[in-house]
Amino acid sequence: MARIRLEQLSHSYRVAPRAEVDADWALRGLDLDWADGGAYALLGPSGCGKTTLLNLISGLLKPTQGRVRFDERDVTALEPGQRNIAQVFQFPVVYDTMTVFDNLAFPLRNRGLAEAEVQARVNEIAAMLDLGPSLASRAAGLTADGKQKISLGRGLVRADVAAILFDEPLTVIDPHLKWRLRSKLKELQQRVRRTMVYVTHDQTEALTFADQVVVMFEGQVVQSGTPVELFERPAHTFVGHFIGSPGMNLLPCEIDAAGVPRFAGHAVATASGGLAAARGKRTEIGVRPEFVRLADTGIPVQFERIDDIGRVRIVSARHGEHRIKLLVAEGQAIPEAQGHLAFDAPHTRVYADGWMVR
Amino acid sequence: MKTPNQKAWWLVAPVVLLVAFNAVIPLMAVVNYSVQETFGNNEFFFEGVRWFQQVMQSARFREALQRQILFTGIVLAIQVPLGVAIALAMPRQGIGVSICLVLMAMPLLIPYNVVGAMWNIFALPDIGLMGKGLNALGFEFNYTRQPVAAWITLVAMDVWHWTSLVVLLAYAGLSAIPDAYYQAARIDGASRWAIFRHIQLPKLKHVLLIAVLLRFMDSFMIYTEAVVLTGGGPGNATTLLSIDLVKIALGQFDLGPAAAMSLIYFLIILLLSWLFYTVMTRDEEH
Repeated sequence: MARIRLEQLSHSYRVAPRAEVDADWALRGLDLDWADGGAYALLGPSGCGKTTLLNLISGLLKPTQGRVRFDERDVTALEPGQRNIAQVFQFPVVYDTMTVFDNLAFPLRNRGLAEAEVQARVNEIAAMLDLGPSLASRAAGLTADGKQKISLGRGLVRADVAAILFDEPLTVIDPHLKWRLRSKLKELQQRVRRTMVYVTHDQTEALTFADQVVVMFEGQVVQSGTPVELFERPAHTFVGHFIGSPGMNLLPCEIDAAGVPRFAGHAVATASGGLAAARGKRTEIGVRPEFVRLADTGIPVQFERIDDIGRVRIVSARHGEHRIKLLVAEGQAIPEAQGHLAFDAPHTRVYADGWMVR
Repeated sequence: MKTPNQKAWWLVAPVVLLVAFNAVIPLMAVVNYSVQETFGNNEFFFEGVRWFQQVMQSARFREALQRQILFTGIVLAIQVPLGVAIALAMPRQGIGVSICLVLMAMPLLIPYNVVGAMWNIFALPDIGLMGKGLNALGFEFNYTRQPVAAWITLVAMDVWHWTSLVVLLAYAGLSAIPDAYYQAARIDGASRWAIFRHIQLPKLKHVLLIAVLLRFMDSFMIYTEAVVLTGGGPGNATTLLSIDLVKIALGQFDLGPAAAMSLIYFLIILLLSWLFYTVMTRDEEH
């Protein structure tokens, strides 16, 4: 078990990456500090560098620049086997010719553990994952989720690993089993208290699994925080629209001489201060649909469509060429064609060049 | 009710004709010869299974069959492991891949009789690089006189000619293994041997089955290269089944025994191929 620290970690798949060209880099200048025993998620769209980051931590890749530390130990130059880390991949990897038991025992036997200890560990993990009944059967005959359980099992079976890394482990699993395995993982995490890093592009998976979610975009960390922080105070417009459904409304605004943001001429009260400094940058007002209300005065809009998703309705409104979405509770009346919207000031923020103004 | 339309037969006819002319009719001609005796003049007399009995009881056939089995056994035992070893050692990316693939494909592109002629000259004790070299090193090597030397040359030639086929098949099989397996093995701390034993070999099973089958059938039917190289000699030391068959059919013009021998030869190949296939795919059933 270990605390994981990444220092100015950069990686490029090119032979000679150019320092000034962002496109040459898969990851750029990453600094992260993960506590021992925490549950972390790396969240971001495909191609944002999540898997690269994971492989750098496990040692499958060597970083172009920067260091990886487990506790105080610098492991940057070490091979995966020496780093003592477990990793579970997107597609189930099982050793076809072995039984389920031998599959789970493989990482232990490779490290020369005594057979009695191997037996004990494997039986314990098999029980946790409900693999007990199939221990003696050939791994090749199992279903996709059975195989992925074996992969998870091989990750969990070693008692001394520094961390367990998951690379979208539930992608190939059926939806109803996905839910079960996900809660199983969460339960295991709380039981064994090992540092776990979970890579996914699915916000539900990330938010349910992790204490701390790291949102990545184009090779950089845009925000690292608890699910609540990501929801209520997105540090970047990307976090705003990637997390939440529907995503955050982003409306272009101008900062007037008094430092007040104006959207299409309407002054908007926000939680951001010191806005005068943001003048001259590309500024936007960000507000989640949850924090937009129907009002008697405010920003005049036309209502375009209503999507009933059960407990709430998503209302799409339009002011000029700008669309604003809001959530309206069941039973609340929605004006026929036109009305006014107001934003909840503590949850409304100004973003300058994409980044939140505090 | 619909009247059956018989016109569809015309669509099947070309295939039926093609198969008939290149497989069924020649085979039936052989069957025909195998049960009759002829003294020329296109006159035939029915002989029943006499030729089959004669072939089965002849020491000459048995010896040729033993030589054939020995040859195929040696060749398979060398080519399959060697082919896999070379495939494992080949580069996975970069310019080296193309270079290796071209080098490997080269022996396969050379006509059989040219291969025979090349090795015939290569191994000659007085002018050939290999033959003269071996003699210069103090080995007495003359494949035109020593049966062992003839066998060594024959096997070396076949290994040179056909190992590439196993290499190419095994290389294709290795390339098809997803990276995740190797990554998982590195994480699990697997040794090089464990990776080969538990990942590469099981994943290669199917291509190796094809490689073994192809090499078995081809080596069991080898003719051209061997005839050009040794002509079956010295004596009968390298007279394999196909060489013997041609001697009987075209040398002695014994059509009946030759036809009976062809059919037995054909059945042996069919039987052994089926046996290989069944044994190697047995695991999948349950």
